[in-house]
Amino acid sequence: MTLPDAEQMLAALADRMRGAIAWDAPFVGIHSGGAWVADRLAQMIPGEHPVGYIDVSFYRDDFNRKGLKPEVKRTELPFDVEGATIVLVDDVLYTGRSVRAAVNELFDYGRPQRIELAVLVDRGGRELPIEATYAGARLAVARDLSVVLSRTADGRLALGTEAAGGEAPAGHRDA
Amino acid sequence: MRDPQLNAAGDLVHLLTLEGLPADVIRRILDTAVPFTSIAKREVKKVPLLRGKAVFNLFFENSTRTRTTFEIAAKRLSADVINLNIGASSTTKGETLLDTVDNLVAMDADMFVVRHAQSGAPHLIAAHLNRTGRTDVHVVNAGDGRHAHPTQGLLDLFTIRHYKHDFRNLTVAIVGDVLHSRVARSLIHGLTTVGTPEVRAIGPQTLMPTALQALGVRVFNDMREGLKGCDVVVMLRLQSERMRGALLPSSGEFFKHYGLTPEKLALAKPDAIVMHPGPMNRGVEIDSAVADGERSVILPQVTFGIAVRMAVLSILAGN
Repeated sequence: MTLPDAEQMLAALADRMRGAIAWDAPFVGIHSGGAWVADRLAQMIPGEHPVGYIDVSFYRDDFNRKGLKPEVKRTELPFDVEGATIVLVDDVLYTGRSVRAAVNELFDYGRPQRIELAVLVDRGGRELPIEATYAGARLAVARDLSVVLSRTADGRLALGTEAAGGEAPAGHRDA
Repeated sequence: MRDPQLNAAGDLVHLLTLEGLPADVIRRILDTAVPFTSIAKREVKKVPLLRGKAVFNLFFENSTRTRTTFEIAAKRLSADVINLNIGASSTTKGETLLDTVDNLVAMDADMFVVRHAQSGAPHLIAAHLNRTGRTDVHVVNAGDGRHAHPTQGLLDLFTIRHYKHDFRNLTVAIVGDVLHSRVARSLIHGLTTVGTPEVRAIGPQTLMPTALQALGVRVFNDMREGLKGCDVVVMLRLQSERMRGALLPSSGEFFKHYGLTPEKLALAKPDAIVMHPGPMNRGVEIDSAVADGERSVILPQVTFGIAVRMAVLSILAGN
């Protein structure tokens, strides 16, 4: 299937967030795709938004079945989580399990005042009671496909699909 | 025969020795340890990865530091930790090692961290678990006899990489009682596997194992000669309790020739780091001015040791 242009979705997502979020709200991108989206949003949305990154590998609920993924990145939150209003950012919202893991991890750094969720694509298929506060687009995607975000050398984002390998989570690729 | 540490897919299921372990497995452990180094700085010093898993510390030989750091590592992963001081219990009543293991497996152990005075004891346990089909239970060698201490070797590699960024172009000297040191053996295997161009062993000939040259290690009996141009100096503890017989004249004499003083350290590169696995004998193998000096990374080694053990436990538990 052909997907809408990722750059257009990003622009639509930034439009929805502009004016709706606090001037100094930190953005926290979930590695890897969400981190790319968070970097771009911080450039596009006026305000002073510290950008943090979170790797949810140590909080995943499928560790017992899949083990640890090969490259775990460092979680970096360059602001005080205690009392903060945080915008969590991911590329694709699907089952909601990554978001659940990210929220749990954030709480181990402190008690945020509020957490909002911004995603490039909401593809439905939720398995947990989690919804995006802001979404660039909502799409229906067949269950046997993964939606994969990639990033070109000049920082532009592109969306594609690939066969869902078993129950692999949406993959992310640096092009 | 397949390395009992790896399963058919090549995944690490036990950590027994660094000898023969593929470079990519070693690198993955070091890479995985990096994100674990920051967990101690958070409000909650814990991640839920090993929640509900039972880690048994089986220490047949005393070691406060190693046991404690394994215990902290497992607890920061949210595992339940059970410490068994075996020397004082079943074995004195005549139970065999493998019977002890079978009993603990019957108590639903998920992992054993084993320290034993006999070389090969952790290997024996791992082979027994593989043979009895309990491949879901993992073994970590926390030091066996003179054979290996792989997590110490890994934390030494992690420390070197942290300060020197990679292993290319490095000259690493290991100084002292190499003969009795499982720490030295593990570090030498680790360093050569990741491609360190020059590994040196410095010490009196009576404390140098004969097989060192075969491992590609350059042996120096003159410490001043051996320290020249080194990036990393690893001091070993003089294991006096293992020295029976006349390997050395006296500890004072040893310090004179092989103790690391500021004056001898000046022969290494100006930015050389000094490491020691602990516990230190001040005034025997290392001068206090060096141990507490600005080039000493002995305490960071201890901190990194927790992150490296967290990485090992979590990779094993997931395979």
